Amino acid sequence: MNDFYIILTACLVAINCAIMGSFLVMRKMVMIGDAISHAVLPGIFFAYIFSGSTSSLPILIGAASSGILATIIIEWLTHKAKLQSDASIGISYTLLFAIGIILISKFGANADIDQQCVLYGELEYVPLWLEPIIGNFYLPKQTIILLIVSVIVLFAVIWGYKGLLITTFDENYSLSIGIGVGFWHYFLMSGVSLTTVVSFESVGAILVIAFLSGPPAIAYLLTGNFKKMLVLSCAFGILCSIIGYYLAKSLDVSVAGSISVVIGGVFAIVFTATTLRKSKIDVISN
Amino acid sequence: MSFWQNISTYFSSEYYTFWVVSIGAGIICFAAGIVGTFSYLRKRALIGDVVSHAVLPGVAISFMLTGVKDPLYFLIGATTSGILSIWLVDFIQSKSKLKPDTILALTLSVFFGIGIVLLTKIQHSGDAAQSGLDSFLFGKAASMTMHDVITFSIIALINTICIVVFLRAFSIISFDEEYAKSIGFNVKVIKSFLALLTVITVAIGIQSVGIVLMAALLITPASGARFLTNSVKKMLVYAGIFALFSGFTGVIISSSGEAMPTGPWIVVVLSTFTILAIFFGKEKGVIARMRIRKSNNIKINNENTLKTIYKLSKEGNESISRDQLINNQSITQFKATLKRLEKNQILSRVKESVILTEKGKLAAREVIRKHRLWEIYLSKYFNLDADHLHDDAEGIEHIITPEIEKHLITLLDRPEKDPHQSEIPY
Repeated sequence: MNDFYIILTACLVAINCAIMGSFLVMRKMVMIGDAISHAVLPGIFFAYIFSGSTSSLPILIGAASSGILATIIIEWLTHKAKLQSDASIGISYTLLFAIGIILISKFGANADIDQQCVLYGELEYVPLWLEPIIGNFYLPKQTIILLIVSVIVLFAVIWGYKGLLITTFDENYSLSIGIGVGFWHYFLMSGVSLTTVVSFESVGAILVIAFLSGPPAIAYLLTGNFKKMLVLSCAFGILCSIIGYYLAKSLDVSVAGSISVVIGGVFAIVFTATTLRKSKIDVISN
Repeated sequence: MSFWQNISTYFSSEYYTFWVVSIGAGIICFAAGIVGTFSYLRKRALIGDVVSHAVLPGVAISFMLTGVKDPLYFLIGATTSGILSIWLVDFIQSKSKLKPDTILALTLSVFFGIGIVLLTKIQHSGDAAQSGLDSFLFGKAASMTMHDVITFSIIALINTICIVVFLRAFSIISFDEEYAKSIGFNVKVIKSFLALLTVITVAIGIQSVGIVLMAALLITPASGARFLTNSVKKMLVYAGIFALFSGFTGVIISSSGEAMPTGPWIVVVLSTFTILAIFFGKEKGVIARMRIRKSNNIKINNENTLKTIYKLSKEGNESISRDQLINNQSITQFKATLKRLEKNQILSRVKESVILTEKGKLAAREVIRKHRLWEIYLSKYFNLDADHLHDDAEGIEHIITPEIEKHLITLLDRPEKDPHQSEIPY
């Protein structure tokens, strides 16, 4: 049963991240996702201080707001202070992460959170806190909250699909027909922050980035159709989670780390295959 | 007396570790700050983030192979995997349609994942010597020794010498690779060399500040310095001083209390400097630019009002009411404009009407002259139609300096009439 809990949790994170990541990849904003995943640390710290965990929705949203704060700072630095965008990202997330670490080392003992799980999570411990659902059916606390957030994210994306799509693919056009580009930017960023925060405890910052960038990148190499890309990246996220889990189990290593490695491996295979095929086509057409 | 006693206790042997750590931190920050300036200029600020995550598997592998915690083996392992990550990013970018940000994030997380897998493998194998390997994640500045300080000094010295010697080459490839190629630089070699310096600095520094914060040491000093100067040389100096001082101060702050991590404090101090520079930087700072924009607006309002008065009085209006002058200004702006003009003796008020003084007439003629000269210039050199000239000239008339005006007059042969057949007032 533990296997099932861990794989289910990883898959939920994978799906959430695959959807958000696909938009980020198309918007060339994956590194902002990376920044958010580090910058939510102060928010998570305060969530722990106030409630002992991130397992309730209001607390979760509170913690996610520090991710949104990071995107606001990045926007301000880039557009108002005229700092080049890569440096804006680099400065803001390292500062917020540093503040988070300072808070955790100073008061972390009271908050039951440590530095290590921040970076690579504790997927292995997910089944330790079970909650009864119906009768004999139990689910880990983390998984339940993850499930709720997944549903919210899914509905939000379906509701806002058109707006997200137009602002992702043709910013000028959406400006000209009066669609609020700013609104959809922060809409997406809120989604990414929420996803990151809820995934944080179980998988850690690094696997979040692997999930945000890897499966969408793999899917992007395989298709030019965005809807197909969404489906494919979810599928690859799930596939990598399952393989990664059993790999970790057989090697006795970190699950989050091993899933990242599998994502890297699958990417390498798809990348090689598509590159070889492309060069073959080039040769033929020449 | 007690003051000097206080000071002297800081130099006693009890404080030996404190001095070692603070000086060491200052030196490694300096080394990272100057080499990071070029990462910043090349718009590759985030590559530092990738490299610092990517050194982890190298460190783990070198430990697995040798079984000892030797800084030299770590350095070799870390440098190798760091270089490999940069190469991979470039390779994937050249071979696929993926955008740089996706590739950076993917490379970073996969390398880090490999590192974590290896690290947990080592930990679970129960090797007694493994403890302390995870200091790479968050850095352990407090355990710095004199030996580390010497290593830091060496890398700082190497960075400084290389930058001084290759300043021209590094600067040119940072700003314009094509140009560098055209004047015969071997861009590939220079880029690889710069990358090597960066990776070695990261590999050495990471043990003190940790993976995530190493990225800050590379780019935050340069970002702040950028707001203070336009010159690469000065930027290097400012970034170096910023970094040195922040490393030092960060250690002082973190040693002032219990459970205060050093790396994060260094980053906080560093970021504070940069934020201050972003706000208060001369010319480029946010506040300075706001002030410039405001003074430009004032100038534009002044000149537009002047021009309107001049034109209206030329058309034979004896008295000019305020409603005719307000243009695009708000009422408060307009009142301020009138007050300013009156104070500078450009116009005088007669009851509800205004008239220009002699000084005012001269100033108005100057604005109109610039406007019409520019219209002629545009129609002559850009072949624009007469009805396309006005809007452009409307903006540029406030910017043309007396020198440019002189140039225009010579260039255009001191013309008498503009394209709309209006006279040019000299």
